[in-house]
Amino acid sequence: MNVPRREVMPVRGDGDVVLVRQAVRAWAVAQGLGLVDQTKIVTAASELARNTVEYGGGGTVCLEAVENGARKGLRLTFEDQGPGIPDLALALTDGYTTGKGMGLGLSGSKRLVNEFDIWSEVGKGTRVTVTRWK
Amino acid sequence: MTERTPSARADGVAPLARIIEQHRDELLTEWLAAQGRVGRGAINSSELRRQGGEFLGLLGAAVASGADSVDDRAFTPVRSFLDDLSRARAQQGFSPSETATFVFALKGPLFDHLRRGATDAGALASQVWTATELFDALGLYTTEVHQRGREEVIQRQQRDMLELSTPVVTLWDGVLALPMIGTLDSARTQVVMETLLQRIVDTGADIAIIDITGVPTVDTLTAQHLLKTVTAARLMGAECIISGIRPQIAQTIVHLGVDLGNVTTKASLADAFRLALQRTGRTVARVAAPAAPGAPGLGGRA
Amino acid sequence: MERIPILRMGRLLLVTIQVDMHDRLAMTLQDDLTARISAEGARGVLLDISSLEIVDSFIGRMLSNIAAMARVLDAETVVVGMQPAVAITLVELGLALPGVRTALNVEKGMALLQALTRGDDDAPATGAAEVASAEGDGERPAA
Repeated sequence: MNVPRREVMPVRGDGDVVLVRQAVRAWAVAQGLGLVDQTKIVTAASELARNTVEYGGGGTVCLEAVENGARKGLRLTFEDQGPGIPDLALALTDGYTTGKGMGLGLSGSKRLVNEFDIWSEVGKGTRVTVTRWK
Repeated sequence: MTERTPSARADGVAPLARIIEQHRDELLTEWLAAQGRVGRGAINSSELRRQGGEFLGLLGAAVASGADSVDDRAFTPVRSFLDDLSRARAQQGFSPSETATFVFALKGPLFDHLRRGATDAGALASQVWTATELFDALGLYTTEVHQRGREEVIQRQQRDMLELSTPVVTLWDGVLALPMIGTLDSARTQVVMETLLQRIVDTGADIAIIDITGVPTVDTLTAQHLLKTVTAARLMGAECIISGIRPQIAQTIVHLGVDLGNVTTKASLADAFRLALQRTGRTVARVAAPAAPGAPGLGGRA
Repeated sequence: MERIPILRMGRLLLVTIQVDMHDRLAMTLQDDLTARISAEGARGVLLDISSLEIVDSFIGRMLSNIAAMARVLDAETVVVGMQPAVAITLVELGLALPGVRTALNVEKGMALLQALTRGDDDAPATGAAEVASAEGDGERPAA
């Protein structure tokens, strides 16, 4: 797999979530994703960015334009050094939330992307990687 | 494969770089001769020469940097070139093997030059091996791209077929009908939603009748897909009615405990249409007796 | 602090969301609208989201909240103009926004609101719309 382009952005506050949405939109367009696919990956990015801010204490997102042969896609990796998620299986169910949200951030994002990967360790942090292919 | 130290590896592609730089024109001519038999003349020789020259230039630059692996960043321009070439050849109707020959045919002339410049058998063997690995990888790469190009065409055609098999009909002002034929899987559901929602926007429809007479079975998954479509339409202000529920389907729905939410369902499309007219404040009334068959004109107006 | 403008048209409040909202702005809109509905005795709210290219769970919750709070204050809410790509994404996300009335566009939304608020003492005025910030001009007595 080829990664011709890569950029890391901070995800620390409200304003950053908006900037991340705009950046992901621009990258999705550049990779040739259709409108519905763009909307899905940007929405997933919004959910995950918000999680990073609210539950992870702030972190970063790495945007990567990926290529698998002729296939183009966009990969996002959200990372924080926050408290971590004690029960991943539970966190990935619809409606589960420890905050004021609707509990759809993780489980919902999973449905919006083609590839979803999550690592989390209590006391260490969380890393979520999602990919949307064209 | 024998273990090689970094310096031995670098030495591995350095001879290639030297040969390409010093004997470029010779190589090009020999290479063109080797692949000249391929292509049934579909690519004219000056175009072939230009492509060959460009490839040699890019390859030369890549190996000059010491990189010996196709995945190396230095090889990106080479891969890029092969992407375009492979795709173009695929579109022109060449087989993957014919396209790969573009790369493989260069091996012969290169090995000739390697042999001429070799100092000993051991060094020559090592260099030939390095070159072989490199060219095999490049050749396989063109095959993969070729394959992917064909897959893209198939996917595009599949999508076109999906769209064609989901016609959205305007039954009346503000009333759309979506006759579904065949199974409703998640890929189809996406197409259905996109098509239906766009038509709702284009026609300003208030009601969409989804007729499932042609859907063989309705299990929990199908019901989920139907509900997704209904919910999406509702988010855009259009109500859905599901019609064409055959008796067996009704039984399955009850037995499986499928929950269709509060979506209105009707057995027949006609019933659904009548309801849709009602909901949009209309009714069908007879204005005149039907004309006898064969009489000129009917005169009735709905 | 930036705010999203709220127009008044008779007994209705009109809001057009045209910016990519950050969470704080969304919360402010929720507060502003609730305050305006209460202060002016508005009977209906029209939320135009036709420019919104992204509706995530936070914005979705905002829309549900606005509709619920308005209802408690005896006002109807209609959300109009959701883009097809947004609707498809919301459904995939698992957000159905129950309790939120929707219409295809402003015209249909207005017709729906008028049908829903028919039979009130005042018919909705169709005179000039006023733009006032949430700081409020406070002259209009609560109904």
